Order: sequence, then structure tokens, then C-alpha cells
Amino acid sequence: MAFEGLADRLQGSIQKIRGKGKVSEADVKEMMREVRLALLEADVNFKVVKNFVKQVSERAVGQEVMKSLTPGQQVIKVVKEELTELMGGEQSQIAVAKKPPTVIMMVGLQGAGKTTTSGKLASLLRKKHNRKPLLVAADIYRPAAIKQLETIGKQLSLPVFSMGDQVSPVEIAKAGIEKAKEEHHDYVLIDTAGRLHVDETLMDELKQIKELSDPDEIFLVVDSMTGQDAVTVAQNFDDALGVTGVVLTKLDGDTRGGAALSIRSVTGKPIKFAGMGEKMDALEPFHPERMASRILGMGDMLSLIEKAQTNVDEDKAKEMEKKLRTASFTLDDFLDQLGQVKQMGPLDELLKMIPGANKMKGLDNIDVDGKQLGHVEAIIQSMTAQEKEQPEIINASRRKRIARGSGRPIQEINRLLKQFEEMKKMMKQMTNAQAKGKKRGGFNFPFMQ
Amino acid sequence: MSFFKKLKEKFTTQDTATDKYKDGLSKTRNSFTSRLNDLVANYRTVDEDFFEELEEIMIQADVGFDTVMELVEELKMEVKRQNIKDTEGIRSVISQKLVDIYYDGEEPDELLNMQEDDLTVILFVGVNGVGKTTTIGKLAHQFKEDGKKVVLAAGDTFRAGAIEQLEVWGDRVGVDTIKHSEGSDPAAVMYDAVQSARAKKADVLICDTAGRLQNKVNLMKELEKVKRVIEREIPGAPHEVLLALDATTGQNAMTQAKIFKEATNVSGIVLTKLDGTAKGGIVLAIKKELGIPVKFVGLGEKMDDLQPFNAEKYVYGLFSDLVDKEELIEEEE
Repeated sequence: MAFEGLADRLQGSIQKIRGKGKVSEADVKEMMREVRLALLEADVNFKVVKNFVKQVSERAVGQEVMKSLTPGQQVIKVVKEELTELMGGEQSQIAVAKKPPTVIMMVGLQGAGKTTTSGKLASLLRKKHNRKPLLVAADIYRPAAIKQLETIGKQLSLPVFSMGDQVSPVEIAKAGIEKAKEEHHDYVLIDTAGRLHVDETLMDELKQIKELSDPDEIFLVVDSMTGQDAVTVAQNFDDALGVTGVVLTKLDGDTRGGAALSIRSVTGKPIKFAGMGEKMDALEPFHPERMASRILGMGDMLSLIEKAQTNVDEDKAKEMEKKLRTASFTLDDFLDQLGQVKQMGPLDELLKMIPGANKMKGLDNIDVDGKQLGHVEAIIQSMTAQEKEQPEIINASRRKRIARGSGRPIQEINRLLKQFEEMKKMMKQMTNAQAKGKKRGGFNFPFMQ
Repeated sequence: MSFFKKLKEKFTTQDTATDKYKDGLSKTRNSFTSRLNDLVANYRTVDEDFFEELEEIMIQADVGFDTVMELVEELKMEVKRQNIKDTEGIRSVISQKLVDIYYDGEEPDELLNMQEDDLTVILFVGVNGVGKTTTIGKLAHQFKEDGKKVVLAAGDTFRAGAIEQLEVWGDRVGVDTIKHSEGSDPAAVMYDAVQSARAKKADVLICDTAGRLQNKVNLMKELEKVKRVIEREIPGAPHEVLLALDATTGQNAMTQAKIFKEATNVSGIVLTKLDGTAKGGIVLAIKKELGIPVKFVGLGEKMDDLQPFNAEKYVYGLFSDLVDKEELIEEEE
């Protein structure tokens, strides 16, 4: 059940305006109501929404929207600009202490993802910044939290300092920093226990750790699915500790993530990183402008393009283009293409980044679990080199052999061959059409059934 | 007699559970009802602005966007029908409507589907970090207190330290935990756990699973498989599939409930972390749209801080300021 994005929401109002020739103040007001609802639906805190809409209204009622020929587009543009402005610029740098080690404290509610994020951040520091981090296990309350950090440390081959769960977290933090100095670690990451922002005793404990360890960064770790309460949580942690930055976790889910905007606007603190998956390297710099699009339900084309760029080999792409033009595209080439698509990440995630993909016919319910890709691969790999070059030689007995080799039913092999044939035909038509300057056609990949 | 008065009478002899609800929900109640009261006080007349602010109050409680819109529409009709002009008159209508959302004319089923003289299997599902393992520990403790023999299945083979976390709870409570090594197939763990629970003649088997975001198709399929294995071993099992839901979650909770229901036929919700300032209002919308009742609420970190959900108590805790005020008005009259 994908929520409607702002663009969809505005459709109704735009329809009404169309043909009127002039946009009235009442029309703008109606559009603003849609803006408000779109943001609320995305979990942006209602107070933040209120201020924001007021700001946008002022610009909208002014010249920009009312004089525009495309008021709907204009509203979206204004909203997006204001939202991006509010989210601030990209800030993923991490402080460096004048005298090492640099101390980073990880704080937040239970279950936000502090321990996992600590591991990811340490890994990032080592990989991207060539640092030598030490993880400090200061969550003595949750059963096996220390063990969790130790396991993560082992996975990443990173040292973890722990003193068991019978020593106070304040002591652990202190000893951890000493240890880091001794062993010349330049970063110390203190993983603290999750706690409620209204738990005075535990909040005091954090204050003590802060006083004692004099951290250079205090990262508030927040679950991106958090609802209206995000403002209260962020405000309380910030008031108590003076947070220096925010890490937004579980952003690989399908939440709109309006909490990001709420936190940003009540604390003014930058969101520095985003947790994008369960793997230990899935911590990315936070991109405010992309988050703005996401909150508005407008997809994330930039990330998609970037992914494609980093994963697709340009020389190969050129070669492929030539093959397509000359229609000498073989099943081998096709396999190659599949590999490149797969490298870009899970298909369902890629699809989600395309604006409106959830509204596109046939794409909304598509079952892209990557398995089908695997099947197609298996089938092609079960063919001989000659078969891949000239699929037309594949007769019934060859089909049977391929089916056995790939473990897929014969029907699937038939379907793949047929689709490949059609694809080639389509490409021929496309190249012909392009030459004549006609309209482009579309073709189906065999894995999009 | 008003609905709330009835509720209050029901709980005048307050037991500790009600107190716990009140304690746990006090922050919730204060912010929500005081705002509702402010609203009524601030607006003399019922107009568009009034409704707009009412919408915001409920949205702030994470009640769920569609539910709020629907409720406001109904209220507007009611105001017109009864010709209510001042805000005092609308107060009781608002509270009654909110209660109706949850009840929906029927008594929701808050009790667990327990098998008499046979093994009851309870499967826990949910996204990452909502408190599945902790809730299992608390629930195991309750069953143990009731004199039941409990076995735990460490089905979260993915997250580092998850198996140990469940084991610690098992030791604390004094029940057996069936485990495989980290990274093994969770379905295989379930198979072993079912065999073991049977051999031990256990009353309850509680199965932990790894947290997963509902848009991860592969992981949701894995969960379906876990459930299938249990089903195959014991027809009719799992007897309960409980979705752990963090009370701080916003609108995404609806999607979680919907997709987990599709995959595992969720039979109830455990609303965790309700002792914070979050309101968990989305459960009203989930009940209304998907028919999934809340069965337990987590109101704290201690072993006995898991309470069976009781809609009346929940609503009472949420609205007790309103009850008192309504009474005052009635007395004045």
C-alpha cells in the first residue's frame, strides 16, 4: 500500500484549475492542504508541517505560482526547494580531535540500531578514512548486547573493548579511552545502551559518560520509521547531551521517513549518515535533497543513476550498443547485461527509486525477488557456446538437456528463447525506427513477466 | 450514564494492572488529552479551523492518516445532524467515536489461542529492533508463572548476538532454548524446536525470528517458509502469530501489519515500548483496517512489564482526563 506522493495528491486540484486561466488564492489554499496532508502522511511532525506550509504558502500566493501557466508543477517546485533548503546541505564529515583519540558516543532509544551502526561506522572509518577505530561495548543492560558488538567486531576484524556487564558504563567508557590511547587507536566509538528519553536515571548516566569522555561527536541514532514522537525524542536527547549529528537507520525500508525532517527542524542538527541495509558496509552519507524527494513520494532518480554509473562498465556499454544496432546481440551478451543489472542491487529496491514506478501498470505488483534472474542465468549457463551464439539450433532434445542442466522446467526455457527472439526483433525495429526518426518502442526483458 | 462513567465505575476498585496502564500511559494521556482539552477550550465554535486542529491532534498521536480523515468526516456529519454549535457539545462525540473505532461493534479477541492439553506454538514476527526477543522473554516468564512448561526457539540466526540474547532470557526465566549456530537456516531451527518441545511434553513453544523490513521480498519468503515448516509438523500451528510493533512507529506500521499479515497471517499485535512518550495510536487504525487486535502491551523493561491488552483499560488510560472532566460537567448539571 504505497502512499500517494505529493504529485498524485495535487492532481485533483490541478484538474480543477485547468481551463480556468487564472489561479485564485482559494486554489492555492486547496493545494496547500494537499501539501500538508502529503507531509503528514510521511510522518513529518504536525508542528513542523504547519510552519513549513505557512512558509510555502507565502511564496505560492506571491507571484510564483499564481502567475504560472503550470501552477501544479510550480507548487511542487516551490515545496521541493523549501524542503531541500530545510534539510540543509550534505554533511557527512566526522570530527577529528586535535589530540587523538577522537571520541564518538552513540545514543538513542532501544532498537534504533546503535550497535549495528557503531559497527558500520567503525568499518567506514577504517575503509574510507584509513583510521584505526576501537569499539567500546558500554551497553550492560540488554542481554547479549556486548556479545553482539563483539561478534560484529570479529566479522569486521575490528577490536572491541569490553568489561562485561557488571561494571558501570561510565567506567567502561573511561577505561576504553585509556586503552585506545595505549594502543594508539585514533577513534573510539562508545556504544551505549538504548534508553527512553524520559528515563532520568539513564539520561544522567549518559551525561556522566559525556562529561568523562569529552566526546567530539555525539550521534543520535534514530529509526527512520519513527512517527510523530521523533521531535520529542530528538529534542530531549539534544537538550540533555547536545547532540552533534544524527544517523537515520533502516532507510532501506519503505517508510517515507518524514522523521528526518522533524528532527532536522527541531534540533537544527545535521543528519550525517543513513543505514541502508543489513550488511556491514550499508552505511551511506545522508543526501538531504534525495530525502526531500522521498518524503514527497517522488522517487530517488539520483541514487539510481549513481548506482548505474558506478556499476556499469562504460566500454562494455558502448560495445553493447554497437551489438544492439547491428542486431548481433547473443544470449551471452544478454547474460552479461543481467550480471550488470544484478550488481546494482536488489531489483525491487531499484524499482522503488524510479518516480511513479509504483503507479506504472504491471510494475506495481511485479515480483522481483532476483530469483527469476537467477533462473534465467542458470538456463543460459546450461547452454553450449554454440547454442548461445545461435539459439535457433536449440531443438527439442537440446531443450531437454538444458532443462536438466538448469533445473528449470522446459516451458521456462521455451519462454526465454521466445522472449529473446522477440527482443531481438524489437531491437531491429527500434534501430530501424531510430534511423527513420520514428517514435521509440518498448520491449520486455524476459525476467519481467 | 455516559460511556466513560461506566468505564470508570468498572475500574474504581483499581487493580495493579490498571495502575500500570495509567503509569505507562500517563505521558501519553497527558499530552494527548490536555491538547484535546485545550482545543475545546480555545475554540468557541465548531468550524473548519477547529476540525483542522482536531485532525492534527489525532495525527500527532500517530492514529493513522486515513482513520483520522474518516473520523473527522463522520464528526462533521454528526455536528450537522445534531446541530452542535459550540465545542463543549462535541467533546463526548469525539471520544465516543474514537472508542468506536477500536470496538467496531464487536468485542475484539484479546486472549491467546491456547491448546488444551497439547502444544501451543506462538510465532513472533516484526521489523528490526521492535523488541521481539525481549517480549518473548517476558511472555515466557508469564507462562512459567502460570505453571506451564515453556520451550524457546532461537530463530533469529541472522543478527549478531541474537541467539545469546534469547538464551540469557531463557536462563533468567528458567526455560530451555533450542538453538543452532549463527547463520543457519531458521526453518531448521523451528523443525528441531517442534520435535524437542514435543519430546519434552512442553505446553508452549515460543519462536523468535530475525527482524526484517517488510519490503525485503526474500526475507519475507524465508519467514513464510519458517511458518510452513511449523505448520507441516503440527497441523493448525502456529496457533498465534504475533507481530511486535514499536509504539514509536509512525504510518509505516500500517504497511508492516499488512505485509506481515499477508506473509504469515498475523493473529495479534504486541505493542512494545508504550512506556515512552509515543502513543501507539496506529493500533486503532490497524484494528479498523486489517482487523488485527492488540493482544499485549509492553509497558517497561522489567520481566512483568508485559500486560495483556485490554481495550477498555487502554482507552481508559488514554482518556481518563476526559472522563474526569465529563463527570464534572455532569455533576454541575
